[in-house]
Amino acid sequence: MKNKVLKRKTRETLIAWSFMSVWVLGFLIFTMIPIFTSLYYSLSDVVLSGEGIIVTFTGFDNYSQVFSSAEGFNFLRSVSDFAIEILFKVPIITVFAIIIAVLLNQKIKARGFFRAIYFLPVIIASGPVISQLINQGAATIPQIEELGFINLINETFNEGLARPIANIFSELIVILWFSGVQILLFIAALQKIDKATYEAAMIDGAGVWESFWKITIPSLSSMVLVSVVFTIINLATFSENEAIQHIKNNMFALETGFGFSSAIAWLYFIVLAIILAVFFLIFKGFSKDRGRK
Amino acid sequence: MKKINKMKIRHFFLGKSFNDGFIGKLFIYLLLIIIGFVYIYPLLKMFAYSFKDLEDLVNPTVQWIPTKVYLGNYKISFIVLNYGMTLIFSLLVTLVPAVLQTITTSLIGYALAKFKVRGRTIIFAIILLTYLLPVQVYMIPRYVLFNQLGILETAWAIILPALFGQGLSSAIFILIFYQFFRMQPKALDESAEIDGANAFQTFIKIGVPLAGPAYLTAFLFSFVWYWNETYISSLFIGSNLYTLQLKLFNFTSQFNMAQGISEQALNEAIRYSATILIILPILLVYVVMQKWFVEGIDRTGITG
Repeated sequence: MKNKVLKRKTRETLIAWSFMSVWVLGFLIFTMIPIFTSLYYSLSDVVLSGEGIIVTFTGFDNYSQVFSSAEGFNFLRSVSDFAIEILFKVPIITVFAIIIAVLLNQKIKARGFFRAIYFLPVIIASGPVISQLINQGAATIPQIEELGFINLINETFNEGLARPIANIFSELIVILWFSGVQILLFIAALQKIDKATYEAAMIDGAGVWESFWKITIPSLSSMVLVSVVFTIINLATFSENEAIQHIKNNMFALETGFGFSSAIAWLYFIVLAIILAVFFLIFKGFSKDRGRK
Repeated sequence: MKKINKMKIRHFFLGKSFNDGFIGKLFIYLLLIIIGFVYIYPLLKMFAYSFKDLEDLVNPTVQWIPTKVYLGNYKISFIVLNYGMTLIFSLLVTLVPAVLQTITTSLIGYALAKFKVRGRTIIFAIILLTYLLPVQVYMIPRYVLFNQLGILETAWAIILPALFGQGLSSAIFILIFYQFFRMQPKALDESAEIDGANAFQTFIKIGVPLAGPAYLTAFLFSFVWYWNETYISSLFIGSNLYTLQLKLFNFTSQFNMAQGISEQALNEAIRYSATILIILPILLVYVVMQKWFVEGIDRTGITG
């Protein structure tokens, strides 16, 4: 009897792994080995030649080149721009998504229509489409520029900070375009809130404003984290992001090549991990704060 | 009596609480419409401009509505993009990876949901990590590998990773399938087993048919993301073959190389018409399948 139970378990394990085998094989060949190879490339001089690829180990040369060469400087500048922009974009997108989700969650007619409108950008927002819109000046309402907003920003902030902030204003609409999926996530979370909670609060004399802050926002908190992570990854891998353009362009540049590109790719990942960690800590701080009250 | 009437009027305008009175409702509608207009303003502007001929473009009194419907921009874009052929190739590197990725991720999602095997936690951790790790970190060795296999600049460079579940956002799809298969009642699988079905038959006969919404959602999102992807495709297939998105990306050089469009200079109306042509196929899919996009996230229980 015991033998049979055991056999059943082994059989199940076998079946499970056979279901997973395609993915596991793919992960090993197309992801895991490349990750380690890339780490090795980043510590090497990689030369493509007629016969193949020649890799010579050079230690941290590529990394020190990042901090001492023009290419490295360009990359670092776009990474710092990206980091500053993300600090602004993530709150903008999250707040916007929550507002729209709350509005769409009301008892209104044509809800499906409005939902379709607000999700539409997810369908069409590819790199080339967005860059066409930005370059032709369709990404912002002209009034924003006419009001002299951009000039004001350039005057008040120093150069390193003014550039990314001015960018945000000149691309405001397409930044909001990155909130389509998040709106749906928040709507799903809102629909899970028990209506009775609101009624109970109303009987206790809570107004709309109070219920919003004391019931709605706390129930969204776990979804905020999901949404923030999604937003960061989405922005970080968006093809028009200058930092990742540098990684690709340096692959075939004369002075740099695969080794240098691998090094800046890893640096980019480190920056991304730090950004994620910062937002995670901010989020944790907030939920702790509320817990105390 | 009078007092009741007054109350009624008050309720009509202000409601019992803010959001069900007339004024509250009006406020919500206004907000949704105004924000919605701003939100799709770039699209509306693009659409309006794409029909403008040169005269309308330079005429400052013509803002939104062109004086006549001019299709010349579209004709030019059609030629520059080589629309027919490029569309077919775009569909090849969009539909095929989307289908394959959906199948592979559903297999592993099913296994993770139904079998409690050892190593499951590690697999989950790896899946999460692949989501957080940007593709830039491992794309260079992949490039070298594909070069050695001789599949660079062919559709295989996009299809192969998708087949093995290493495509775009595969991690998200695995999680969608995991959540969905987990919600299926275990009793069904057990009864199938008692009837003598093996694990694979159970999957095909019971798991898959009941997971229709998950399959459709995963496929649609996969389709959209592959359609819009340019970073990897420009690296792996970019220099000779073109998808529609890559043609748009290099529109200026494509325009200068194109034959048979006379001495026309490139202007924003032509660029807009090209952009419209690029988003048109995906927009059609969206119009038809809209419900599945917006409800899919909810139905698959990814939010749960």
